[in-house]
Amino acid sequence: MAVKVISPGLSTSVQDLGRPGHYHVGIPEGGGMDRFATRIANLLVGNDPGAAVLEATFMGPELEFTQSAVVAVTGGELPPKLNGEERPTWESFPVKAGDRLSFGFLKGGARAYLAISGGIDVPVVLGSRSTYILGALGGHQGRTLKAGDELPIGEGSGKAGLSLPANLRRAWNSPAELRMLPGMYWHRITEAAGNRFFEETWKVAPEADRIGYRFRGGTPLEFVEREQPFGAGSDPSNIVDACYPYGSVQVPSGTEPIVLHRDAVSGGGYMMLGVVISADMDLIAQLQPHTPARFVAVTLEDALAARAEQRAALARAEEYLAG
Amino acid sequence: MSIRFNFGGDEHIFGEVSEDMSLTSFFTGLSMTNAVRTAGIQGITEICPANASFQIRFNPDIVKPQDLLSELKSMEEAASKADPVLKTRIIELPVFFQDPWTRETCLRFRERHQDPSSTDLEYSARINGYATVEEFIAAYSGQPWFVSMVGFVAGLPFLYQMVERKKQIQAPKYLRPRTDTPKLTIGHGGCFAAIYSVRGAGGYQMYGITPAPIYDPTRKVRYLSDDMCLFKPGDIVKFKAIGRDDYDATLEEIEANRWQPTVRECTFSLTDFNSDIYGTNAKLMELINGR
Repeated sequence: MAVKVISPGLSTSVQDLGRPGHYHVGIPEGGGMDRFATRIANLLVGNDPGAAVLEATFMGPELEFTQSAVVAVTGGELPPKLNGEERPTWESFPVKAGDRLSFGFLKGGARAYLAISGGIDVPVVLGSRSTYILGALGGHQGRTLKAGDELPIGEGSGKAGLSLPANLRRAWNSPAELRMLPGMYWHRITEAAGNRFFEETWKVAPEADRIGYRFRGGTPLEFVEREQPFGAGSDPSNIVDACYPYGSVQVPSGTEPIVLHRDAVSGGGYMMLGVVISADMDLIAQLQPHTPARFVAVTLEDALAARAEQRAALARAEEYLAG
Repeated sequence: MSIRFNFGGDEHIFGEVSEDMSLTSFFTGLSMTNAVRTAGIQGITEICPANASFQIRFNPDIVKPQDLLSELKSMEEAASKADPVLKTRIIELPVFFQDPWTRETCLRFRERHQDPSSTDLEYSARINGYATVEEFIAAYSGQPWFVSMVGFVAGLPFLYQMVERKKQIQAPKYLRPRTDTPKLTIGHGGCFAAIYSVRGAGGYQMYGITPAPIYDPTRKVRYLSDDMCLFKPGDIVKFKAIGRDDYDATLEEIEANRWQPTVRECTFSLTDFNSDIYGTNAKLMELINGR
């Protein structure tokens, strides 16, 4: 069983729930940027939640199936079309040999997740099928899909007609609110700059991908004056190269914040203002360029409460789908 | 010295040993991360040493952040007092300095450089007080380097030269990053050398290129079949300056998958090093040259 790629979309890659454990040699965790959508897409087609799916960014691929299967599309509102006829998102539906799956225009969010019963059966590399594009690792030949690719599909047994109601999905607001725990090198900026950072509304820049999301539109940061430490570099935003947490907010030259995501560069020489909490990482995955966004300061306790809430929401969805 | 601990969101603890770079700070960070690894604490998913800091990633559903922080703090005293001796290895890496490929790239991005009228090597030699590029290369390849961090992208080592601070080579990054750097370029930014494991954007000064792959996601290169990344934090690297003929010959051997770098097990003592830097380095280099 295989799926043929007729057209690849803008940036479509194989992703699962990632490969933790190799960040110390610069290999990021990776995996679906929207983990909730990745898991639910799989559950809708009867897969293990960690099976490999396709992550399509802004624009969907066109695919041809060589055998029957059950598929589901979750995440951003990228309406699937089967042989030209629209199908619902967040609901499993059947496909048969010769069918073509394409997508309409994106109506909301930024990334859609297509699960196919049996999962995409590319080789497991370092414990995962996820594509790490920068390192040409995993997925289908270590890269985003191209026309003419054929993806192997595993054996599955999904049921069509299973859906997740809207009240069990995550809604996104505008402006997007990204909760963040200030810290790391927060002390490098002045109090006024710190206050302004949270007060201003930023906009997602066009440079927004699996590595990180850049934001612009706010005031450049003012740094606390100091003599730069040995080895740090001469710009006030420079530090002696350190590890970058997932979700960390770095501000090169103090101008445009970048939030690192699942394919993060693992370290570098820019100061970070803090880290976006784990519960809001999925939300970032669904932000389109030009979307207004604000950073909201929270405490560690708030972050843990939000994480627990997100886990509970996932559990409710899983329970519903388990029937 | 006291480590500055910080929560990086709800999944990371960041520990800064010092703001400035030094081998002592690197060793403290490495001792901490080694201690964390040995402790086998449930819920830890990533243990990442860096130059003068480190990062632990954890699952807060398994280990409470405050509990983990207390545990790390309790390890701090032992780590800073730990006998700074490291069982490690020294790796010799051939480097073709002043090669045509980094030179071509260097000329292509001249308008992004501090000094568009010199090459990266000429500029770096001058600002570091070397009369010629050849003397600069001799200093660069004459003493070994510590892998003080691996990262940014897969398998990319940051290297800190094993010389006293006043002899550390320093160079600013490009004014604006290049959009291209040849794969396996030897670059330099701040006080760190780096080897670009993949082709891509970059801001470090470019000095040369190694024929030896250091990252192979396909694991076909014979010496990267177990670990796809050659370098680990704590490795010692000695650059061996080679010319075009050696470069081409080595590349041919690599393409036939017959080549592998010279690697020797060694023990490094920071105390011995601090009391006799060049004597310690000479003994290390004997391991790869002395036969």
